[in-house]
Amino acid sequence: MDFLQATNLTCIRDDRTLFSQLSFSLTSGQLLLLEGENGSGKTSLLRILCGIRLPEQGELIWKQVTDNETHQIAVHSNESYAGEMAFLGHLDGNKLDLTVTENLEFSKTLMRGNNCSINQALEKVNLNLFDDLLVSNLSAGQRRRLSLARLILSGASLWILDEPFTALDKKGIEMAEKEINEHLDQGGMVVMTSHHSVSFDNKKITRINLSE
Amino acid sequence: MKEASLTKVFIALLKRDLLLAYRHRAEIFNPMLFFILVITLFPLGTGADTKLLQTMAPGIIWVAALLAAMLSLDTIFRSDFEDGSLELLILNSHPTSILVLAKVLAHWLATGLPLIIISPFLALFLGLDQDVIGLLIVTLLLGTPVLSLVGAVAIALTVGLKRGGILLSLLVLPLYVPVLIFATNAIEMFSSGLPITAQLWILSSFLLLSITLTPWPTAAALKLSLS
Amino acid sequence: MMKFIYMMASPPHFYRLAGKWLPWLSGITLLLLAAGLYGGLIYAPTDYQQGESYRIIFIHVPAAWMSLFIYIAMAIAGAIGLIWRIKLAETVAVCSAPIGAGFTLLALITGSMWGKPMWGAWWVWDARLTSELLLLFLYLGVMSLYSAIPDKRVASRAVALLALVGVVNIPIIHYSVEWWNTLHQGPTVTKFDKPSIDVRMLIPLMVMAVAFKVYYVWALFLRVRVELLERERNTQWVKELLKMNKG
Repeated sequence: MDFLQATNLTCIRDDRTLFSQLSFSLTSGQLLLLEGENGSGKTSLLRILCGIRLPEQGELIWKQVTDNETHQIAVHSNESYAGEMAFLGHLDGNKLDLTVTENLEFSKTLMRGNNCSINQALEKVNLNLFDDLLVSNLSAGQRRRLSLARLILSGASLWILDEPFTALDKKGIEMAEKEINEHLDQGGMVVMTSHHSVSFDNKKITRINLSE
Repeated sequence: MKEASLTKVFIALLKRDLLLAYRHRAEIFNPMLFFILVITLFPLGTGADTKLLQTMAPGIIWVAALLAAMLSLDTIFRSDFEDGSLELLILNSHPTSILVLAKVLAHWLATGLPLIIISPFLALFLGLDQDVIGLLIVTLLLGTPVLSLVGAVAIALTVGLKRGGILLSLLVLPLYVPVLIFATNAIEMFSSGLPITAQLWILSSFLLLSITLTPWPTAAALKLSLS
Repeated sequence: MMKFIYMMASPPHFYRLAGKWLPWLSGITLLLLAAGLYGGLIYAPTDYQQGESYRIIFIHVPAAWMSLFIYIAMAIAGAIGLIWRIKLAETVAVCSAPIGAGFTLLALITGSMWGKPMWGAWWVWDARLTSELLLLFLYLGVMSLYSAIPDKRVASRAVALLALVGVVNIPIIHYSVEWWNTLHQGPTVTKFDKPSIDVRMLIPLMVMAVAFKVYYVWALFLRVRVELLERERNTQWVKELLKMNKG
C-alpha cells in the first residue's frame, strides 16, 4: 500500500493566500479530485504535490507500506519520490520535432517504466497508426492522448493530472477515464483537476473544493 | 522493472537533443552566421591595416565567440520550457544536475563546436599566423564549454521570464570576463614567443570547475523557474 | 537553538526591534561620518607626493571595501535563506543589493575623480577600477533579476542563487583582471598599499570604514522594514500595526 499524506499545507502566490491549513491523505486505489474556481490554487497545489513548488507551510509525506516495513519520505527533500510520480500539466510535454515513438522511447528511459510496451500503450490510446509521425503533425487531441500513453508507460504509482481531458473529444474522454480507472484498479493513485464532470465510482473518489 | 542506469539516461538525452538540433538546423547556423558577421564588421570599422588587425585578431575572435555563445544560450532550455518537457526532465528519479550536464553538452556540440570549426578561416581573414591559429583553436576548445556551462545558470534563472534578453547579458557577461582574459592573453603571449603553460592550465581548471560546480545551481534555478 | 533563531528572525519581531534601533544607528552614523570627514579632510597631514588630492581616499577606500563586504554579506544571507528558508535572511539579501551597488558606484566615481589629477584622465583601465566596474555589473544583475520576477518569494530565492554564483566568481574575476592589468603594463600605481601609512591618516580611514558599516546596517534596516511590510501586507501583524497607527 502507498500513501500520500498532506498536513496543513499553505500556499501563497504573489502575496495572495490561495489556501491554508489544507490536510488530506490518499491511499492506493483512490482518486483525489480537486475542484474550485479559476485561480483558487488547483494548479499551484498540483505543483506542490509534484515537488516542484515549495509550500509556504506544511508537510507532505509519501509512505510505502509493505508486509514487514514502512518506508517514509518527505516529498520536498527527496528525488526518489519523483520516480513514484508521473505528471501531466497544462502543457503536453511532448517534443514537436520528434516522432510519436521517439517521444515515448525517451520518456520510457527517463521514467521507471513497466512491462507495457510502446505499441501496447499506443494501441490503448488509439495512436498505433501514427507511430512514425512527427508530433507537430498531430492534432491537439492526439497530442493529449500521446501524453496519456506516456503516463501508462511511466510505471509510476501516483498520477498527477492537471486538466487531463482538455482537447479530448467524447471518445477520447471515455478512453482516458478507462485508463485512469484501470490504473486505480491496479492499486495506483490519481490526483487530478477537471472542468468536466467525471464518471468514476463514488467509492474511489475524494473531493476537495479549494474555493470553500 | 529496473530503472535505467544514469549513463543510459544521459546518453538518451544527449541523443535526443542532438537529433532535435539536427531537425532544427537553423538554430545551429544562426550563431555561426552571427559570428562571421561580427568578425567581418571589424575590419570595416577599424580599417584594413594588416598589422592592426593581426594584433586585435585574438580579441576580436574571442569577443565575437562570446557574444555568439551568449545569443545561442536561449535555445538550451527555451523549447523544453515552452512545450512542458522541462517538467518531465525534473520530475524523475535521476539527479537533475546530471541531466543538465547532458543538455549543456548537446548544446555545446550543436552550437559551440561549429564556431570552433569555422574559426580558422576567420582567423585567416584577420591575418593570423598558422601556428597561432592552432593555439586559438585550443583556447576555444577549453573556453567555450565554460561559456555554455556558466551561461546555463543564467538562462535557467531567466527562462520563465518574457523579456530575458538584456537581463541575460547583464547576468552572463561579467562572469565571462576571466575566460576572455586568459584565452586572449595566451594567444598574445604566444605570438610574442613567451611561455603560455600557466594560461592553459588556468583555462583547463576553469573548465573542470565549471563542470563540477555549475550543474547544481542550474538545476536549482530550473526548479525555481517552474514553480 | 534553531527555535530561538526562528523567533528572532520572525518578521514582526524584527520589525519592532529594528524600529527601536533606527534612531541610534542614524545618530552613530552621522557622528562617525562627521568625525571621519574632519579627520580626513582637515586633521590628516598633506601627502608629500600627491598633495591634497589624495584626501579622496577617505571616501574611496572605505566605499570600495564596503562594495565587496556587502556582496559577501548578501551571498551569506541568501545562502541562509535558501537552506533554512528564513524570510528575514531572504529579505536582507535582497535589500543589500541596492546599498552595495551604491557604494560600488561611489567607489567608481571617487576613483575616477582621484585619477584625473594622478593620471590626467577621468578613466584608466586600472585593475581596481575595472574590478569595481565588473562588481557594479554583478550588483545590477542581481537587482534587475529581482525586479524581473513577479513572485517575490521566488525572486528572492533566484537572487540568492545568483549571489552565490557571483561570490564564487568575484575572486576569480578579481585575479584575472589583476593578471590582465600587470601583463598589459597599464598605469599601475600602487595606490594605497604603502608599507607605512601615517597614523594620522590611518585613524580617519578606519573611522570612515566603521561609519560606512554602521550606515549600511542603518540603511539595511530601513529597507528591510519597508520590504517586510510590503511582503507581509496580508498578514495579521501588519494589519494590526496599521490599525494602531490609524487609531
